[in-house]
Amino acid sequence: MRHLLRSAFVIGRRDFTSTVFSKAFIFFLIGPLFPVLLGGVFGGIGARVASQAEQPRVAVVASHPDYARLESARSQLHEALDDRPVVDLVEVAPEGDVQRQTQALLASKERSVVAVLTGGLANPHLTGSIEPDGMIAGQMNLLLSAARATPAETASVQVTPTERSTGSVNRSRSITAQAGQFLLFFLTLILGTMTLSQLIEEKSNKVIEVLAAAVPIEAIFLGKLFAMLVTSIVGIAVWTLAGAAAVSALSAGGTSILASPAVGTAPFMVLCVLYFGMNYLLLGSVFLSIGAQASTAREVQVLSMPVTFAQVLIFGFAAISIGAPDTPLAILGAVFPLSSPLVMVARAAERPELWPHLLALGWQALWVGLIVVASARLFRRTVLKSGPVRRSWWRRAAA
Amino acid sequence: MLRQASSQAQTGEWAVEAKDLVKDFGETKAVDGVSLAVPTGSIYGLLGPNGAGKTTTLRILLGIIDPSSGTRSVLGRSRPLDAAPEVGYLPEERGLYPAMHCRDAIAFMGALRGLSLSEGRRRADVLLRDHGLGEWARKPIRNLSKGMAQTVQLLGTIVHRPRLIVLDEPFAGLDAINQARLEELIRKEARNGVTVIFSTHVIAHAERLCERIAIVAKGKVVFEGAVDEARATLRPIVRLRTRSEGGPWRQAFPANARRENGLWVFELPESGPEPLLKALIDGGAGIETLAIERPGLHDAFVAIAGDKAAAEMVEGAPQ
Repeated sequence: MRHLLRSAFVIGRRDFTSTVFSKAFIFFLIGPLFPVLLGGVFGGIGARVASQAEQPRVAVVASHPDYARLESARSQLHEALDDRPVVDLVEVAPEGDVQRQTQALLASKERSVVAVLTGGLANPHLTGSIEPDGMIAGQMNLLLSAARATPAETASVQVTPTERSTGSVNRSRSITAQAGQFLLFFLTLILGTMTLSQLIEEKSNKVIEVLAAAVPIEAIFLGKLFAMLVTSIVGIAVWTLAGAAAVSALSAGGTSILASPAVGTAPFMVLCVLYFGMNYLLLGSVFLSIGAQASTAREVQVLSMPVTFAQVLIFGFAAISIGAPDTPLAILGAVFPLSSPLVMVARAAERPELWPHLLALGWQALWVGLIVVASARLFRRTVLKSGPVRRSWWRRAAA
Repeated sequence: MLRQASSQAQTGEWAVEAKDLVKDFGETKAVDGVSLAVPTGSIYGLLGPNGAGKTTTLRILLGIIDPSSGTRSVLGRSRPLDAAPEVGYLPEERGLYPAMHCRDAIAFMGALRGLSLSEGRRRADVLLRDHGLGEWARKPIRNLSKGMAQTVQLLGTIVHRPRLIVLDEPFAGLDAINQARLEELIRKEARNGVTVIFSTHVIAHAERLCERIAIVAKGKVVFEGAVDEARATLRPIVRLRTRSEGGPWRQAFPANARRENGLWVFELPESGPEPLLKALIDGGAGIETLAIERPGLHDAFVAIAGDKAAAEMVEGAPQ
């Protein structure tokens, strides 16, 4: 065991230093910046386009007092809906022929309205390419009702705020669970597929022969896995520091919607790190095993797509546990090794008990060991062609 | 031979032993019942043409692959990887990380065998300097010529001062000067008590270096023993030029005696040189030149492995 761990350390140290002290690692570190920048640019453009598309404009052909009451009602509704799209109103002074004016407004490219409200508050009539019971007609009905109501008719509910309610805490913890799961999934998605190509370098340089003659294959696999894990932790540390600096510089209270996790904030952070490690080691060992079978970079590229899909499937399966960590499906997800870290990190956000986490971490560590041993055997048998030849059952049957 | 080998292994006299090793790759039998015993502190050659099964045998002995059947023991351990810290291995297909500096590559190979990185670097500096590569110590492998890279890998093979060194086709790709250097390095290690096993398809290297050899052909060991024993499988060759063309002295020649460029060429009869000389002198043959030559390893190889295998050895020789 000591020889195995020492050998894994030697392999891991070589991999870690060769990765971290390479020029390519700088690109790895600034890599996440590109999606953030692209997201910002395209998000801004998209939001502008969406706001234009989602805020239909209605021309109000009415007297100014009527329009003012409608606009006031619209402002209230907009505020109550927390910036969700509400019809945009445009004031138009009435002209002689209302019907003709309506047609002109609907045809106008400058105004770009979807409907025209005529008849004022007393006798409202909506004309345009809209559904009678659609969103625009519905919102206009609400606005007209509010605009026509006298102050005495306006309802005003008395609110007594409390610190928390079960419903709000559960909802917030579900968001925390979701955030934790997504973070784990995203980081493993970025780093996990990198393990696919880990043995290509040794195979193409023929170094694998030198390694295999000196240390157990299990040590090569373990060393490579832990080197990638430590490399990824260096990356995550850099990203976290950069992210924290950016958040503190740009905004305040961004994470306030995340409730304190059920196990407590500090234990949750520790569990997040541990489950990230386990999630990475579990998926990484599977990917390393798959990638070890490939002999060229092209084969690795071909393999990376199904592997990514598999990760997304596991993430989808693990997401079932959010909000219902004690259901049979959630427990199945916690037992299934590849989804276990994702399910358990969500559980840490929603349930206070710590013992299931100790159990789960032990279970996951056991599976890391089993997968590494199985991968090493597979590598020895299929790549190094070691041991007795085992004929497949159909060949045995044919013989 | 193998019974003797077993008893010697118990007293630590055999660095490597193998019994009935078989390795199948599907329908192909790469190694077919190989048995050999390598004395501690000796230089041992594995001779055979390309594809004879030498590399597969070495890989099995080192534990890189397991045999389909058979047993092996390295430095007294049945699991070869347990002996890894005391073994150095230069594979046929040389492998180094191109971005690594020379001294780091040597130190890394030492670290794989249990040497500390700092000690490995210190020894690497000395080894590189002694082998004329001191100025390359802090330069990446990718900047080296093929021969230089091969020297670096060889130094990585011995940096941890192993008790057993296994070299797979170590002379391949080296120029004459570097081949001579490598031969001297092998002799030096052996003088220090290190066991050296190397495979080659060039008989001359084995003849100059080895005390014992195994001749491998088609996955089988067709001869295993001392180089002299291999030579002893053939009778010495007599090359004779006489003034007289014929006479009763001809009766002292064996039946298969032949003429080559005016010389009589035949195997020395089992009775030895004295009766032959007596017959030549008494018969008035008139000896002009007489040479009794000990057969070379190549002749022994031809006799043991066959003409075809010998031809492949010559054809396969890059030198």
